[in-house]
Amino acid sequence: MDDLIELDGVEKVFQVRRRAGLMRRERREVRAVDGISFRVPRGEMVGYIGPNGAGKSTTIKMLTGILVPSGGRLRVAGIDPSRERTRLARRIGVVFGQRTTLWWDLPLRDSYALVRRMYRIPDDRYRENLDRCVELLNLSELLDVPVRQLSLGQRMRGDIAAALLHDPEVLYLDEPTIGLDVVSKAKVRQFLRDVNAEQGTTVLLTTHDLTDIELLCKRVMVIDHGRLVYDGGLDGLHAVGESERTLVVDLEQELPPIEIPGSRTVRVEGPRQWLAFPATSSAAPIVAAVADGYPLVDLSVREPEIEDVIARMLHGGRGV
Amino acid sequence: MAESAVSTGLRAYVLIVGMWVRSTMAYRTSFLIMTLGNLLATGLDFVAIALMFTHIGQLGGFTLDEVAFLYGTTSVAFGLADLVLGTMGRLGQRVRDGTMDTLLVRPVPILAQVAADRFALRRLGRIIQGAVLLGWSLSRLDIDWTLDRVLLMPVMLLSGGAIFGALFVLGGAFQFWAKDASEVQNAFTFGGTTLLEYPPTVFGKELLRGVTFVIPLAFVNWLPALHILGRPDPLGLPARIGFAAPLVACGCCAVAGLAWRAGLRAYQSTGS
Ligand SMILES: Nc1ncnc2c1ncn2[C@@H]1O[C@H](COP(=O)(O)OP(=O)(O)OP(=O)(O)O)[C@@H](O)[C@H]1O
Ligand SMILES: [Mg+2]
Repeated sequence: MDDLIELDGVEKVFQVRRRAGLMRRERREVRAVDGISFRVPRGEMVGYIGPNGAGKSTTIKMLTGILVPSGGRLRVAGIDPSRERTRLARRIGVVFGQRTTLWWDLPLRDSYALVRRMYRIPDDRYRENLDRCVELLNLSELLDVPVRQLSLGQRMRGDIAAALLHDPEVLYLDEPTIGLDVVSKAKVRQFLRDVNAEQGTTVLLTTHDLTDIELLCKRVMVIDHGRLVYDGGLDGLHAVGESERTLVVDLEQELPPIEIPGSRTVRVEGPRQWLAFPATSSAAPIVAAVADGYPLVDLSVREPEIEDVIARMLHGGRGV
Repeated sequence: MAESAVSTGLRAYVLIVGMWVRSTMAYRTSFLIMTLGNLLATGLDFVAIALMFTHIGQLGGFTLDEVAFLYGTTSVAFGLADLVLGTMGRLGQRVRDGTMDTLLVRPVPILAQVAADRFALRRLGRIIQGAVLLGWSLSRLDIDWTLDRVLLMPVMLLSGGAIFGALFVLGGAFQFWAKDASEVQNAFTFGGTTLLEYPPTVFGKELLRGVTFVIPLAFVNWLPALHILGRPDPLGLPARIGFAAPLVACGCCAVAGLAWRAGLRAYQSTGS
């Protein structure tokens, strides 16, 4: 009943003009979103993934009212985004990883003050939210720096804070961890998890980093060529795609390929070996077996790349 | 809840403008220099016209004082529109690079945000220059100040500002489709002012009909000014036609509003 985001057969067709020959221009249609339907209940945190050009950003732009859909039905909190854009804007927060929504020439503090007045945020809510964001996103030293002087990671944290000052019910994040270092990524993820858990904010997140999804989302939707090709748990995605994690093992000396049931050695380079095993199974027994039978120096586990998982899924099993 | 878009728009406009004014005031000297420069640049224009009069005495039957009146009223009307909506020309840039997206996610009408963006108080320069010229011409002209002529003065300036404003918005809306159309807009707005600074009598009938019935620039100052100056309309329109200026302005604003809406719905953003 309480579905905050509802899409029924939503389409977006772009008219693009391309040069065809010296003088002629050719009109062409790009079906960026080609009949997508899904629902997101209140309080859920959903991953929205897919290869480049799949239509993720286009979907988000329709959900915010930036783009008018070419077909289908779309509701966010019961509002038709493109018809009542400004009314919806009060209830949603948006972060574009690629582009700031802050004022380029203003210090963060002034940007936030402007946001407060634009959204008419009550004073106590504003203070509370700002204090929380400043603390959890380490913004205190950045507040007086003009946005154009912030580094990418600093700016992203500033943007995330700005999107949450007005207590939005829905938060759209289009690649919020792009270009962030490991520490910043961890901070942002922890923060988003807290926001979702404590405020019950519904979150729709796109990313090319599978770890984001693994740490944040129980549910993931995969889109390809504008169509929804998977909607379910992350485990299910791995199972469908038969994706593999990799155990990188450093041994004391060069040895013939390791043989352990439940894994296969895919690469050997001097004393270092790569063992692949299904992403759905645990690494522990394999690690134990390696440690047991081989002179182990170091090891690490690599998650599958999001693109690999999707590629495997799209091409049915054994992928690229 | 159901607060009108106009009042939220105005409120946001004032908010953003306030922010820009505060941030330009931080560099007060540079602001003063820019305003002065703006004043001089627009003032030089009139100096050129005045120089012309040292040779010819009359232009299309109009004296220097009358031309100064036309010039001043155009400058004030255009200056008002330029002050309020002058950054509209940068819209095409926003459409091209997709930064329009960030305006569209805020709970404030886009027009207010675009118009207030980088608000520049230095554009007061043109209004000041226009007002000074207008005052000078009024002190020298011998006008028969009947009540309707007195009334027509503010009506003319405000309607004129509104007509230019509508042209700015229309030009802005056009940029949603033709992303490099700021030149077209400039042709109508800046081109329009140059036209209106001269007496209508120096132009051909065809052009006069065009700016009366198609793009109603003539209502900015020509038609009301003719009545104030007590001169007949070269097209033979009734003397009080100038009083239609507010109606014409409303019509222009309505057309501009519709075009603006259509433009926003046609916005395609960018791929990245
Ligand atoms: N404004 C636009 N005009 C024309 N085509 C567009 C526009 N925006 C997107 N497209 C096209 O629509 C398709 C989907 O683009 P979209 O930006 O939604 O992809 P995405 O899933 O966000 O990809 P990425 O992972 O690279 O961000 C692409 O083929 C793109 O070229
Ligand atoms: Mg994208």
